[in-house]
Amino acid sequence: MNTYNSWKKIKSKYAQLRLNIYLLKKNTLTKWALYGVVLLTLIALIVPIILPEDVHVTQDANPRDKLLPPSSDHLFGTDELGRDIFKRVLLGTNISLRTAVLAVGAAILIGVPIGAVAGYYGGFTDELLMRLTDIFLGFPPLLLAIVIAAFLGPDLNNATLAIALSWWPWYTRIVRGQAVSLTERPFVKAAQAMGTPSARIILKHIIPNCIAPVIVQASMDIGGVILTIAAISFLGLGAQPPTPEWGLMVSTSRNYFLNAWWYSIFPGLAIFFTVLIFNLLGDGLREILDPKTRKN
Amino acid sequence: MKKYIFKRILLGLLVLAGVVTITFFLTRVLPSNPAAQWVGPRATPEQIAAAIKTLGLDKPLIVQYKTYVLNLLKGDLGVSLRSKQPVLTELKTYVPPTLELVLISTVFAVIIGIPLGLYSAKKKDKLLDHFCRFFSVGAVSLPTFWVALFLQLIFYRWLQLLPLGGQLDAKLKLMYEVPKITGMLTFDTLITGNMTLFVDALKHIILPGITISLYPIGLVARMTRSALLEILGEDYIKAAKSYGLKDNLILWKYALKNSLGTTATVLALSVGYTLVDTFLVEAIFNWPGVGNYISTAVMSMDYPAIIGVTLLSASSYVILNLIADIIIAVDPRVRT
Repeated sequence: MNTYNSWKKIKSKYAQLRLNIYLLKKNTLTKWALYGVVLLTLIALIVPIILPEDVHVTQDANPRDKLLPPSSDHLFGTDELGRDIFKRVLLGTNISLRTAVLAVGAAILIGVPIGAVAGYYGGFTDELLMRLTDIFLGFPPLLLAIVIAAFLGPDLNNATLAIALSWWPWYTRIVRGQAVSLTERPFVKAAQAMGTPSARIILKHIIPNCIAPVIVQASMDIGGVILTIAAISFLGLGAQPPTPEWGLMVSTSRNYFLNAWWYSIFPGLAIFFTVLIFNLLGDGLREILDPKTRKN
Repeated sequence: MKKYIFKRILLGLLVLAGVVTITFFLTRVLPSNPAAQWVGPRATPEQIAAAIKTLGLDKPLIVQYKTYVLNLLKGDLGVSLRSKQPVLTELKTYVPPTLELVLISTVFAVIIGIPLGLYSAKKKDKLLDHFCRFFSVGAVSLPTFWVALFLQLIFYRWLQLLPLGGQLDAKLKLMYEVPKITGMLTFDTLITGNMTLFVDALKHIILPGITISLYPIGLVARMTRSALLEILGEDYIKAAKSYGLKDNLILWKYALKNSLGTTATVLALSVGYTLVDTFLVEAIFNWPGVGNYISTAVMSMDYPAIIGVTLLSASSYVILNLIADIIIAVDPRVRT
């Protein structure tokens, strides 16, 4: 009986997955966005291996070659120290993707338990935690991150932490809603009746069951977080020179771009396309996974 | 509904109190040295010790918090560490130019964003929809600071059509008396009827205006589209269709009305985003607004100024959200 049930469950999950894949294939834009994300991930993983950062790019200053326009030698031209902008942009992929994933991951680690606890206990605990969440959401987006980053001191890791500290409430909200309804479900009631400790119920029953919407939200957030990191670095509060971070590159280019257009254009385009690809994917995923918009 | 609105206002106040508390403790818990900032780079230890006394940093944290809140209730935001001017006085001169930019971007978001989202939803999965989706997702994916540089490059350096930055031409500033009524130059020059100044002010606001509008336009279009798509799948729309009502009538009258709650919320949100976007854009266009003010404040760790701007933008954000919630509450489906 049990095996039969779990077999049925797997089968229905598989059918669901196939439907989703079918819808994904049908949605051209989303499909291309998915390819784009795969490509970006590959670039992020492979480029640092074939182009060791310190040797080639961060210290590779050739004052003789400074501010050269794009050519076959330097596809994106060179910067004020004669470094190849194309190589630096490629290396930046790893930095942006890695920090974005770290920031979102940390935000999930903070936000999910708070939401689960609030939803599971309800009552005063819920009220207290959710009002705290409201307070954090009371800051305009980016502002809290900028302020925290400013006080922590200019550094890429600090900026990542700052983003996580300002981003968690979004996950808390999602998880809390799920947790409230899960708490009423028979399997949670059964666990309670058996005297399972609350901490165990939250860890083993509540959190695993509300992780799916969190993943979807996270995939939609990556684009925004990449943009935020670039913005914080642009303000001088994130990555520090000579890191090949895109926002920092655009920021440095401010002193030269009127006579060297390529310097700011290419790193900026890199930010734009990366964020665009992630946003298109997130948008498409939401549309596919949300039955409400799916039915038309 | 009155009870709901009352509850929302209370929550808004609570959030503001929380924002004040969090920013206060952030500035104290995180590493920074306000006293050294106050006396300047070449200070002796005695001078720093004296500054710690003047700034009240030697008192227990809770006492400092009490003084801070009491001062705040009197409307005193403290004194900037950098310019030694009251933060409130400084903000008064910096707010209008920012407000000018935010207003322009909101108007654009409404008159471009909503129709774009509407037609995109109407022609779902057609060429127009793909274009609109691409545009709206593209607009929210653009790094604003980069767009600013890009526009400067095109319109100032290459086409030589528009100025690089500032609010007015330096020469015109000397030739004419610049009116100061609202502090928003395009309005002031228009009201006083000085066309030369007005045209010049307009030329100066075009680039920062466009830069800041892109995000709200994209966001509003995107949200209007997804809200409408959800609504268009509902039974009452099918009923309207089966009655033989015209598509345009259904879209504009029946569907759009129900999506306005979402749009209002998004608009409120997008103003919040815009406020922070100005931080990045104003510095590039040398626009004398709050964003420019906080950029310099952040660089010099001028914490009273940072808190001042944080409070200002957080309170406007909270108020905007409150307005959005009240608009939604007017919706009979939410009314309890």
